[in-house]
Amino acid sequence: MKNKEPLIAVVVIFFSLVTYYLVEPYAHHVLHKEVISKNFAYADLPAITKTGDATRGQELLMGAGACVGCHSIEVAGIPATMTPHDAAAAYGVNPPDLSNMGVMYDEKFLADVIKNPSHAMMNEHMFDAEKGLMHPMPPFYGAGGDIDQEVADMVAYMQSISVTKEDVTPKMAYENACGRCHALEYEKWTQIGTHKNFKDKKDDLAYQIDFIKYKESITGFMGKLPPDLSMYIRSRGEHFISTFIEDPQAHLPGTSMPRVGVTADTAEKVIEYLKDAGDTKRVEREEIGQYVMIYIVIFAIFAFLWKRQVWKELH
Amino acid sequence: MKNNTRRGFMGKAFGAVAAVGAIGSLVAMKKTWDPLPSVKAAGFTTLDMSVYQENKLAVEKWRGKPIFVLKKTAAMVADQTEIQSVRDIVVDGAHYMVSIGLCTHLGCIPSYNANDKDFLCACHGGKFDYAGEVTKVPPPRGLDIPPFKIEGNTLVLGEKGPEYMKMKETGVTL
Amino acid sequence: MAHFTKATSVKDWLDQRLAIVKVEKVMASEYWIPKNINFLWAMGMILAVTFSLLLVSGIFLLMYYQPNIDTAFYSVNYTIMREVDFGWLWRHVHGVAASVIFLIMYIHMFTGIYYGSYKKGREMIWLSGMLLFVTFSAEAFSGYMLPWGQMSYWAGMVITNLFAGGSLHADGLVEWIRGDYVPAQAFLSRFFMLHVILLPLAIMGLIGLHFAALRIPHVNNQDGEEIDFEAESKKYLAGDKAGSKVMRFGNDFMSKDMTIVGLYLVFFFYLVFYNYGFAMDPVNFDPADGLKTPAHIYPEWYFLWSYEILRPFSVDVGLIAFGFAQVIFFALPFLDRSPNAVAANRRGLFAIWFWVMLVNMIVLTAMGKLPPEGIYSTIGYVAALLFMAQWLVLPFITKFEKKV
Repeated sequence: MKNKEPLIAVVVIFFSLVTYYLVEPYAHHVLHKEVISKNFAYADLPAITKTGDATRGQELLMGAGACVGCHSIEVAGIPATMTPHDAAAAYGVNPPDLSNMGVMYDEKFLADVIKNPSHAMMNEHMFDAEKGLMHPMPPFYGAGGDIDQEVADMVAYMQSISVTKEDVTPKMAYENACGRCHALEYEKWTQIGTHKNFKDKKDDLAYQIDFIKYKESITGFMGKLPPDLSMYIRSRGEHFISTFIEDPQAHLPGTSMPRVGVTADTAEKVIEYLKDAGDTKRVEREEIGQYVMIYIVIFAIFAFLWKRQVWKELH
Repeated sequence: MKNNTRRGFMGKAFGAVAAVGAIGSLVAMKKTWDPLPSVKAAGFTTLDMSVYQENKLAVEKWRGKPIFVLKKTAAMVADQTEIQSVRDIVVDGAHYMVSIGLCTHLGCIPSYNANDKDFLCACHGGKFDYAGEVTKVPPPRGLDIPPFKIEGNTLVLGEKGPEYMKMKETGVTL
Repeated sequence: MAHFTKATSVKDWLDQRLAIVKVEKVMASEYWIPKNINFLWAMGMILAVTFSLLLVSGIFLLMYYQPNIDTAFYSVNYTIMREVDFGWLWRHVHGVAASVIFLIMYIHMFTGIYYGSYKKGREMIWLSGMLLFVTFSAEAFSGYMLPWGQMSYWAGMVITNLFAGGSLHADGLVEWIRGDYVPAQAFLSRFFMLHVILLPLAIMGLIGLHFAALRIPHVNNQDGEEIDFEAESKKYLAGDKAGSKVMRFGNDFMSKDMTIVGLYLVFFFYLVFYNYGFAMDPVNFDPADGLKTPAHIYPEWYFLWSYEILRPFSVDVGLIAFGFAQVIFFALPFLDRSPNAVAANRRGLFAIWFWVMLVNMIVLTAMGKLPPEGIYSTIGYVAALLFMAQWLVLPFITKFEKKV
């Protein structure tokens, strides 16, 4: 009699794969909007045409630009004037330190954010000057000279004081670009800093109170508390996170999440940090996986050889 | 008729391969039972030695166990024999008896009598002096000294400093 | 009292007390299996292996899982996934095995339907198998609650609401099942209990019944041939191994079982390490939030076909259709009026019935996941009606089937 097993195997595998295709790739393609990455080009933002002068930029940042009224620049010896929760109470969110902005953010974005913050961040729908809803960061209207030149100078200054791209760690990228709104419990990160193990319960409670105050401020500012991102690498996946960082409005029109304007490199580092938080054992999984696959193939081969020997006598 | 339980060579070979897999999975199972990293990280306790009062027993906690800390008075230090004084932990000039507060007999917690300057274990009547040495059986040895490291005027329990290593080498503690 | 003699070997010592030689014969070397069967007959062994994997991985997960609504998510996603050595492996094995075991069960069931292995004395095999399927469904559902993610919570909400019975508004029953007005601590604790003790015990008992039901009628074969097991086994034992129509379960069929298990495990571990997403829904990696329903909510893939039968109708009709779909497979041996216990391709109209049923259930499965809008909604509606119609015509087409 003809051996029907190959045909049966084909039928079984075919129907299994069809089912898999329909409920996984196909259904998810229908359920979720496909957003294609534009490689963090920020093509909608104008390019910087002037050559910036860092020295002049420093003067503007510290003087006419009035940046240091709200922003700290730790590397330049300008510490934060307020605690994170007081700053959040005043502005809605703690303004970022400018020390490493120059390397982590796209320069076109930095230039645009100085001139028109809610345009660069794509959250104009949240701020309407006519209704008295101002973006917490006031636009820079120029210090009397050529505004484009002045902005280029400021960007050049920020770039000059930054660490190099190679020195930006995943942790730094996350904390600067995401960490002022999003906690990351599994890495012990709260929006006001790393949650230390306080020995004294009073210290811990004091910290918790500051944390609650911060969360209240940011909840008021954003409409809801930005979620903890600990498991986002599993719940959203790399592609979603990357394209969401690049252009939140493309995924969720009307979301209060601003475009953060990071470079592709910074986004990659943020994702690496999220992997450390939510997919910590990925390297071990790949490695163990190889060994297990090799073993199980050997197992199957030996089982087959055994079967062949046993069945020799049966036919 | 051939013996039906004879698996033949390939049957044995397959059995061996399967056994290797079973042993491999046992390794994963064993490791799953190991204490968690967070448990191990929490295995260190730092004591600020400046807060203790002389001849007043303080009980701290380290790895879930009670830790006796007894600061000795000058008279207590002077009265000690050689065997007692090698057990002293000297931090910032002051002498301390620091030990795991569990009777070395069967693990009850002895209580300290400040007048008699000794410990009595209520379970089986064992006694220890203020240096932690046995004065009355059944305990087989003096109170165990936990691994410690002196850092300034603090004592880190769980780390092994040179003073602890010396005690261990000379058999002062287990 | 039995007579004991001085043992000549460890084996003899054990045999005098436990009759191991006899047990080995009954369970393996003289448990006769027809030779004309194919690899589909190894699905039972694959199910046993997968169930063992679930049991072992579940035991290790149980060491660190905390059935508390405040800590469950953390204990799974932080403690087990980050802290416990190989915790991730147990979780992935458990999650993937829970999903794949249903694929194998469906293959096993459709094999039974195709070859008519539920007839002529094999009714109890089918019924005990269906009981296993239902119990496994409950086991899968209760396990899905435990990580206490968004899908856990909302699946718990929706599925328990089914028990309100639509217009009957049996809200008291729903609250009784939950132990609360919404899925909360009482709900999690009791589903934890169901998942780790009551249902596994029931499953193990049912597996025993399922195996026992197989002893007297023996397993079917792919030709629907009625084999005289007694005569054929004598032939085998007399030395005519090649001429006999039967073989030993151990080690003859066992060696084939293991070959198929080996191939299956290659596929299984590939999924565990490299393609586990289908079994561990991303949405369930968001912690449960009783004030926010996920944008898309759907059950795990193996429940989709019956979920889709519920969906296109108004609430009461939907519930009746759903209830019908849940129990109708039990009735298969009694709705099939044909005396033929042979492969479907030799049974005329039944062959069409079989393939339409298979394809239709895949269609229902797909539609159950897709959003209930536009064309998907229509297809789902038609497929659900077709499903029910097929069961209504089954007694008629089989009654007039020619005897082969």
